[in-house]
Amino acid sequence: MRTVNSFVGQPIERLEDLRLVRGRGQFVDDLARKDVLYAAVLRSSVAHGRIRSIDVSRAEKMPGVHAVITAADLGEKIPVVPMRLQPLPDFEPFAQPVMARDKVRYVGEALAMALADSPALAEDAVGAIDVDIEPLPAVANWQSALNKHALLFDDKPSNVSMLFRAVLGDAAAAFNDAPYMRRERFSTQRHTALPMEPRGVLAEWDAARGRLTVSGAAKVLFANRRILAKQMGIAEDAIDMVEYDVGGGFGARGEFYPEDFLIPFAARHCGRPVKWTEDRREHLMTINHAREAACEVEIACRRDGTILGLRGHAFVDMGAYMRTNGAVGARNIAQFMSGPYRIPNIDLDVSLLLTNKTPVGTYRGPGRFETDFFRERLFDMVARDLGIDQVEFRRRNLVREAEMPYTVATIAPYESKDELDSGDYQVTLDRCLAEFGWADKAKLKGRCIDGRYQGVAVVCFIEGGAAGPKESARLVLESDGTVTVYMGSSGVGQGLETAFAQIAADAMEMPMERINRVLHGSTAYVSDGYGAYHSRSIVMGGSALLDAAKKLRELMRAEAARRLNCGADQVVLADERAKAPDGKSVSWAELASEPLAAEGAFHNHKHTWSYGAHAAHVAVDAKTGHVALVDYVAVENCGRMINPLTLKGQLVGAAVQGLGGAFMEHLVYDDNGQLLTGSLADYLVPTASDFPNIRGFMMESHPSPINPLGAKGAGEGGIISVGGVIANAVADALSSFGVEPRDLPLTPGAVWQLLQNARKAAE
Amino acid sequence: MAIKFEVNGEPVEVEVEPRMSLADCLRHKLRLTGTHVGCEHGVCGACTVLVDGAAVRSCLMLAVQADGAKVITVEGLSRDEGLTPLQASFRKHHALQCGFCTPGMITTAHALLSEEPDCDADRVREVLSGNLCRCTGYISIVEAVLDARAAYQRGGGKGA
Repeated sequence: MRTVNSFVGQPIERLEDLRLVRGRGQFVDDLARKDVLYAAVLRSSVAHGRIRSIDVSRAEKMPGVHAVITAADLGEKIPVVPMRLQPLPDFEPFAQPVMARDKVRYVGEALAMALADSPALAEDAVGAIDVDIEPLPAVANWQSALNKHALLFDDKPSNVSMLFRAVLGDAAAAFNDAPYMRRERFSTQRHTALPMEPRGVLAEWDAARGRLTVSGAAKVLFANRRILAKQMGIAEDAIDMVEYDVGGGFGARGEFYPEDFLIPFAARHCGRPVKWTEDRREHLMTINHAREAACEVEIACRRDGTILGLRGHAFVDMGAYMRTNGAVGARNIAQFMSGPYRIPNIDLDVSLLLTNKTPVGTYRGPGRFETDFFRERLFDMVARDLGIDQVEFRRRNLVREAEMPYTVATIAPYESKDELDSGDYQVTLDRCLAEFGWADKAKLKGRCIDGRYQGVAVVCFIEGGAAGPKESARLVLESDGTVTVYMGSSGVGQGLETAFAQIAADAMEMPMERINRVLHGSTAYVSDGYGAYHSRSIVMGGSALLDAAKKLRELMRAEAARRLNCGADQVVLADERAKAPDGKSVSWAELASEPLAAEGAFHNHKHTWSYGAHAAHVAVDAKTGHVALVDYVAVENCGRMINPLTLKGQLVGAAVQGLGGAFMEHLVYDDNGQLLTGSLADYLVPTASDFPNIRGFMMESHPSPINPLGAKGAGEGGIISVGGVIANAVADALSSFGVEPRDLPLTPGAVWQLLQNARKAAE
Repeated sequence: MAIKFEVNGEPVEVEVEPRMSLADCLRHKLRLTGTHVGCEHGVCGACTVLVDGAAVRSCLMLAVQADGAKVITVEGLSRDEGLTPLQASFRKHHALQCGFCTPGMITTAHALLSEEPDCDADRVREVLSGNLCRCTGYISIVEAVLDARAAYQRGGGKGA
């Protein structure tokens, strides 16, 4: 009997866990090499200034110090970190040099690097470098960036790196004769992904062969190899980028950072392996920041709540340079402010503003967390104005199934179009309300119970995934009849090995334990790869895997036909044997006396759109401003589930990460551009006791029409809604005071201040 | 300085600088890299090990302070190929994603369950609130620890 598997869709326990729970994972800082030198980086303590001198003579003479590198050692032209996404020529002047030479533009920018026999000696050496910087006025926020209070780039007329515009329909006309309009201003605060594993790089230069091996790569190995090869002036195929276990990514880890050049450069410079691991203070001032945005937005509606148009202007604080993916969040704020809703006329500008702070990049749900907060906050205000129930307001405006594919706003100047692929957004909203118990909880709205004001809210979201253009996979039938899977995707701790083993076992029609290994995260495995971002690995990698399996099975049929003397199309592959019509058969192991291999690919230029709804119940202590989260429900439909266990892990984990952004996480700078939250004692993230009541529910229907798995990217949906739904629930709880939160985070102090302001206004 | 202590039941003798942390000593001198270093200032808990039975942040303790102590790291909880009931419970409940915080979570939870095998969810949350996880949202970790209580109530929670 032929066995057809259905590992896909099952809550399979993860293969990765067997090593990780026993402390046998292998993270980059776990690697040891003979004769290794340790690097430490001297970072600017001045936010904006002109470098007068950097004197390394004392540091160089210290015992155990092998070399101290400054920009002067990097040659005439200092390499820069290029844009990976939206590589528009306009951004090029704002690229970050890998080490500062003339000017520093943020606290944390690299000035010099010491190489020594131990990490402690390297840090000692850094402390002995004498730096003289002439301070310049710091541009400490986006408002002063606009004022031209100071210019970050002397040869540029302003601190604006770009203006994006999102347009759909004719917003001006829609606003001209709208019966109802409301204008608001909202903001979200600077925070960051904070993966638990600090960044690290180990570089080894083989002078005899002219080869470089870089360990500790993550996320986008092939793209980073292209960047590094160009900067180092060597061929791409002379570099191996190797990924080990990765302690969390969330968009931030694995992008190309200055150290991704400096450490390999140092290895070649010194002729010895060089290792660098950042500490947490360095991490907080160097890894990509995110989410600092403000928006002036206006909505036009009919009196029945039908939305006619949305227009406005968003301002995004980019920090000091345009890094690899720095423009994505700003683009998304404008393009996806409409979310899952039918808003026929849109005109939104977004200014990308440079400031003397750490550069920004993507963080899980980039731009979407921000823009969903703006939109959903505005919607609750509008629904209240119009006397329409907040659920009904959303229901009326959600894009309907019959309208799919639904075109969203187009971005200028580079003409980025997009469309929602499939789904019934009403169903996830209904499910969320049912699981939450909306009918009962809504009765609590605004009531004060035991001194705490109760509030509830529900919001809807979409989550984009599956960025193209391509992903690669290679399957090898080994001589023992097992199959090895090589992927161009990258792991960042999300459980790819297990998910790919499930997909491969189903596609090959073989037991999962006969999938020998799933290997990803090396440029040596497949001809090219695109990595892990934009919730793309399952859709893109999984679809490439299906293609490779199809090709491998064709090869196996051809090989079996030769041995069994029949036509390839007559061979049946089942139960790990190849069978001919005459009953003769050969085992897969015998077929692969020489291993059989096939490479597959998946090309795609469209996006998948998971969707869902979140609901929250909060209780606010009006005396202290403390907000307790009484209940939280997140529902997401991702078309087709691969592993419900890991999917739920993504949903719930992302929701709690989002609660950090809604309530506590804030990278605070003072007026001089000094980072005031440079440790985990100051930068607060959720702990086990903060949010015990989170419930996640996954659904599958409406498989994506744009890929053979029917899957949709689903790593970010849990975070997108959180700011909006929490702020709406707080507004609901405090409606009797007239409190309307317009800014995140809602710390106890911020909520208390809102209450004070409301009380004063009422006097 | 030369120090002597016991790690995972084996006596070790190691030469360390006075300023070296216990975490760095375990990881880089003794090559026990299961103990992770996430913040080096005692907040994240990834480096938690057991010193004479108590859960301790090895990034805040100097290696020389471990002289004469009995240290157990995550590698010492399961000495063979099997998983301990706590480790198996972490896998079953999907209580880890990237796995970086996991050794600290498991050593902390092991210390808790060894002392208080009947603890409730609030107590688990209170104790684990000193260990940061950025992936799971903690819900599954708390479930995993609660589910592993039975093995400790029967005695020890030792490996399979």
